[in-house]
Amino acid sequence: MVILLSGCVTVPTGFLKPQEGYLEKRSQQSRQYDTTNEKQILTSVAEVLQDLGFTLSESESELGLVSASKKADAKSGGQIAAAVMIDILGAIGGGSPGATMQCDKSQMVRASVITKPGLDGKKTVVRVTFQRIVWNMNNQISRVETINEPQIYQKFFDGLSKSIFLEAQQI
Amino acid sequence: MMKLKKYIIPAALIIVSAGIIGCETTANKAFVTQESQVQLRSIQTRAFDTTDKKKMMQNVISTMQDLDFVIDKADLTLGSVTGTKYLGQSTVAMTVTVRARGEKQLLVRANAQFGTESVADPGTYQDFFNALGKSMFLTAQEVD
Repeated sequence: MVILLSGCVTVPTGFLKPQEGYLEKRSQQSRQYDTTNEKQILTSVAEVLQDLGFTLSESESELGLVSASKKADAKSGGQIAAAVMIDILGAIGGGSPGATMQCDKSQMVRASVITKPGLDGKKTVVRVTFQRIVWNMNNQISRVETINEPQIYQKFFDGLSKSIFLEAQQI
Repeated sequence: MMKLKKYIIPAALIIVSAGIIGCETTANKAFVTQESQVQLRSIQTRAFDTTDKKKMMQNVISTMQDLDFVIDKADLTLGSVTGTKYLGQSTVAMTVTVRARGEKQLLVRANAQFGTESVADPGTYQDFFNALGKSMFLTAQEVD
């Protein structure tokens, strides 16, 4: 509380140290493809990101990087229903409604995709990482976080596999 | 009445100029560094016994990804990589540059910012260089 009032920010330490479980996270975020054609993979990556509604913000083909972002709705029926209940109960108790305004409203998802040659020199490794910024009903940033849900990464790679296959088939 | 005017104009001038000076000092705030320039440079820089710039940059990127950074920008020619990491309610922005040092080494420099604060803690950078060295199978050497 004192820190908040004085407006001082203390910089924590240890945030540039790999956390436990980073290797599992790495494998969740990576896939290997049986090709050495990195440019083709990168083109497919851009296609899939566009399929998912992302806008490309940066690319560097020499290093194999594409970064992109997307704005999306973040309203959740369950969260809003719970907040409305809290506000109703609060109003009965004489409080002012606030929980509903704290509900998630919108989000921006940021993605970066990196391709690099596999260790055996015959494959290409693709790694994607996602983050998101969430705004509440008051248009304040309510939280910022790394996205760790495995199914989101799986969905991206399913799309990528399909896209690489389609391009290999020249459709 | 005339006497009063004589005081009002200089007083107004003083207030306006104080306002202008005030603006100038906030811009200066962005250029204030806590550590000496030389000290900061040695905290943020390491030398590695390799000349493979591309491989070094790929390892910088994968180390940053292991640390939950999303890579915003990278440029092989300039040797720079910039990424953002979200930590609770705060944002960490980091730029890493890679350049040749003599004929046999590469110099890697990392600059991190936590929110609006520049990170000057030697241990924090050491953590990053340890992780980077491990991924390159090389030792990060301190430079003067």
